[in-house]
Amino acid sequence: MIEIDGLTKTYGDTRAVDAVTMTVETGTITVIVGTSGSGKTTLLRMVNRLEEPASGEVRINGTSTLSVQPHLLRRRIGYAIQGHGLFPHHTVARNIAAVPMLLNWPHDKIAARVDELLELFSMDPVQFRDRYPADLSGGQQQRVGVARALASRPDLMLMDEPFGALDPIIRARAQDDLRRIQQKLGSTIMLVTHDMEEAIRLADKIAVMDAGRLVQYAPPAEIITHPATDFVADMVGDVERPLRLLSLIPVSQVVVDGPAEGAAIASDASLRDALSACLWTGRTAVPVERDGVPIGHVTLDAIRACAEFQP
Amino acid sequence: MMIVAPRRLALSAPGFLFAVLGLGALLVPFMTIAANRIVAGNGIMVWDLAAPAAMWPGLAAVVAGLLLGLSDKMTWARFAGAGLGLAGVVVLLMLGAPALLEGAGANARVSPSVGFWCLLGVFLLLAADALAGMAPGPLMRAGLLAMALGALAAVLWSGALDDLSILLEYASRRDAFVAATWQHLGLAFGSLAAAAAIGFPLGIVCHHQARLRSAILPVLSFLQTIPSLAMFGLMIPVLAWVGATVPGAQALGIAGIGFAPAFLALVLYALLPVVGNTVAGLAAAPEAAREAARGMGMTPRQRLWRVELPLGLPIILTGLRIVLVQNIGLAVIAGLIGGGGFGTFVFQGLNQTATDLILLGALPTVAFALTAAIFMDILVDLTRTMPEPADD
Ligand SMILES: Nc1ncnc2c1ncn2[C@@H]1O[C@H](COP(=O)(O)OP(=O)(O)OP(=O)(O)O)[C@@H](O)[C@H]1O
Ligand SMILES: [Mg+2]
Repeated sequence: MIEIDGLTKTYGDTRAVDAVTMTVETGTITVIVGTSGSGKTTLLRMVNRLEEPASGEVRINGTSTLSVQPHLLRRRIGYAIQGHGLFPHHTVARNIAAVPMLLNWPHDKIAARVDELLELFSMDPVQFRDRYPADLSGGQQQRVGVARALASRPDLMLMDEPFGALDPIIRARAQDDLRRIQQKLGSTIMLVTHDMEEAIRLADKIAVMDAGRLVQYAPPAEIITHPATDFVADMVGDVERPLRLLSLIPVSQVVVDGPAEGAAIASDASLRDALSACLWTGRTAVPVERDGVPIGHVTLDAIRACAEFQP
Repeated sequence: MMIVAPRRLALSAPGFLFAVLGLGALLVPFMTIAANRIVAGNGIMVWDLAAPAAMWPGLAAVVAGLLLGLSDKMTWARFAGAGLGLAGVVVLLMLGAPALLEGAGANARVSPSVGFWCLLGVFLLLAADALAGMAPGPLMRAGLLAMALGALAAVLWSGALDDLSILLEYASRRDAFVAATWQHLGLAFGSLAAAAAIGFPLGIVCHHQARLRSAILPVLSFLQTIPSLAMFGLMIPVLAWVGATVPGAQALGIAGIGFAPAFLALVLYALLPVVGNTVAGLAAAPEAAREAARGMGMTPRQRLWRVELPLGLPIILTGLRIVLVQNIGLAVIAGLIGGGGFGTFVFQGLNQTATDLILLGALPTVAFALTAAIFMDILVDLTRTMPEPADD
C-alpha cells in the first residue's frame, strides 16, 4: 500500500503539485491523467524521491520513504522515464540488465531475464539483443525502456507515459501485456498518461490532476458517470461517455442463454465491441462464446441498458 | 528514344589547383647551395641539379602524381598519386644533394628550397584531400600513419639524405638531439599527465558544482590568454623564489630557469582544455539517460563511471588531443629558459643565423605534433561508442 500524504512541490511561485493525498492499494494499477503541465510527472518522481517534496510524505507499506537512502529506495522501484531514457552506449540487452546488474544478479539469470522480457514485448531476442538504442524505432525504444523498468520484478512500478510513442495496435497489445504481467505478478503500478482512453483501459483507479491538484480519484466507471468537476467531464468527453462506460463492462456480465445469428464474439470482449458488432452487421443480438464454446447471446437492448446514465 | 548525355571527364577542383601549384613549384629553385652553413645560398632549378638523364624518373613521378590527383572519382588513385609524388620529390632530393656537392668545397652546404617545400606541401594536401574522400576507419588510419612513419624512418635511416645540411647539423650533435628529443617529449607528455591528474578531478568536481564551475573556468581561460613568452618569463621569478625559500625544492631541481618553470607553464596552459572538456564531456550524456540512471538507483559514483564518463570520453579525449598538440608546439619555447627540448636548436640557430639548425628543432616538432594529432583523433574515434546523431 502506498500512502501519499499532503504531497506538495513548488518551483518558485508555481505549485507543480499541490497537497495531493491518495492511497494506492497493493496489486492495483493507478493511472494518473491530466493535461500537460498538470504535475503528473512531478507527483510520480516524488514517490521514488527523484524530487524531494516541499512538504508531505510518501509511505510504502507503512514506512516513510524518507527513512531509506534514496538510491536503495529506487532500486526497489521500477521506473520508466518519460521518453525512454535508454543509455545510448549500451546494447538493448545491457540496458534491460541495468537494474539486475546493480543488484548483482548472476549473469545467466540476467541473460535469461533479458530474453524473457524481449519476447514479452514481441521483440525477437536474437534480432534485438545486441542492437544499440539508436538502431531501434521510437516504439521499440519505448518498449525496451518499459522492459528495463520491469527487469528486476519490482513490487512497485512507476511509469511515465510508457506507451506514448506506440501506434494504436502495438499500444493496445502493450497495454494488454502490461495488464497480464501485472495480474500475474501482483505488482503495484502507478502510470502517467494524458490519454483518458488508456486510463480507462488499464486503471483500477484513476487520479485526475489539474494544475497540480488531485481533482478526482475514483474507479473508471465512477469517473465516467460522476465526474467531480467540469474539468474531469471534459477529460472524459461528453459524447464518448456511454461508449467508454460500455468498454468497461465484459460481455459475460449480460450474456443470456440461447442462440443468435451470425459470428460470435468472445465472452471477455467488452460491450463496446458487442455494440460495434451489432451495428456493423445490422443484428439485434450476437452470440457469445468462451474458448470457442457457445455460451449464449447478448442483445442490443441489454447493451443499451448498460450505456444509459443511472444517477 | 533514349538520350545519352555526353560523358564528361570529371576533374577534381582541388586536384586541378594542386596540379597548377605543383607545376608552378617546378619553376622555382628546388634546392640551394651555399659556401658554408651561415651564408645565404644560391637557388638551383630542378633540371640543373644533375644530368637530366638522372633526374627524369623523379620528375616523371612528380608530374604523374599531380596528374593522378586530377581525377574526381578514383580517390585511391589520387592517394597513390600523392604517394608517388612524394617519392619523386624525395628521389630528386637524394640525387640532387651529392651531385651539387661534387667539387663545391669542404664547407659547402645543400638544402631543400622553396620548390621542394611547395611540392611537399602540395602532395601532403593531395593525400589529405584523397583521404577525406576515402573516409577510412580508425584502424585503417592507424595503418596508414604507421606506414607513413615507417617510410620516413626508412628514408632517414638509409642515409640517402645524409648530404643535406640539416642532417649534417644533426650528425654533429647527435647526442644533444637525442637528449633534446627526450626532454621535449618529457615536457609535452609530462605536462599532459600532470594536467590530466589535476584537471580530471577538478573537472568532475566542477561538473557537480555549478558555483565552483563558474569560478574556475574563467580563471583558466585567463591563464590561456597570457602570451606564451610572457608565461614562461613569469615562471622564472616564481620558481626562483620557490627554489630559494621552500626547503628541499632545490634538491628536486626546482629553480628559476630550466625544466621546472617550463613544465609548470605548460601545465597551466593545459588546464583549460582538460577541465573545460571534462565538464563538457560529463554533461554530454542525454538528460533522460542521466535521469534514468538516477531513477534506477545508481549512486553518483556509478552514474559517473557507467553513464557520464563513457558517453563523455570522446569529448574528454578531444581535450587531451588539444593539450598534447599545443604542448608539443609550446615546449619549443622552453629552449629559451634552459628547459631543453627542440627549442634549444631553434634558439641556437636563430643566434647563429643557421637556418638548418632552426629546422633541426622545428621539423621534428611539427612531425611529433602531426603524429600526436592523428593518433589522438584515431583514439577519439575508437571511443565514440555512441552512434553519431543522424541529422547534424
Ligand atoms: N525542474 C523544474 N523547474 C521548474 N519548473 C518545473 C520543473 N519541473 C517541472 N516544472 C513545472 O511544474 C509543472 C508540472 O510539471 P510536470 O512535468 O509534472 O507536468 P506533467 O503533468 O508531467 O506534464 P506532461 O504531460 O507535459 O509531461 C509544470 O508547470 C512545469 O513547468
Ligand atoms: Mg510528464
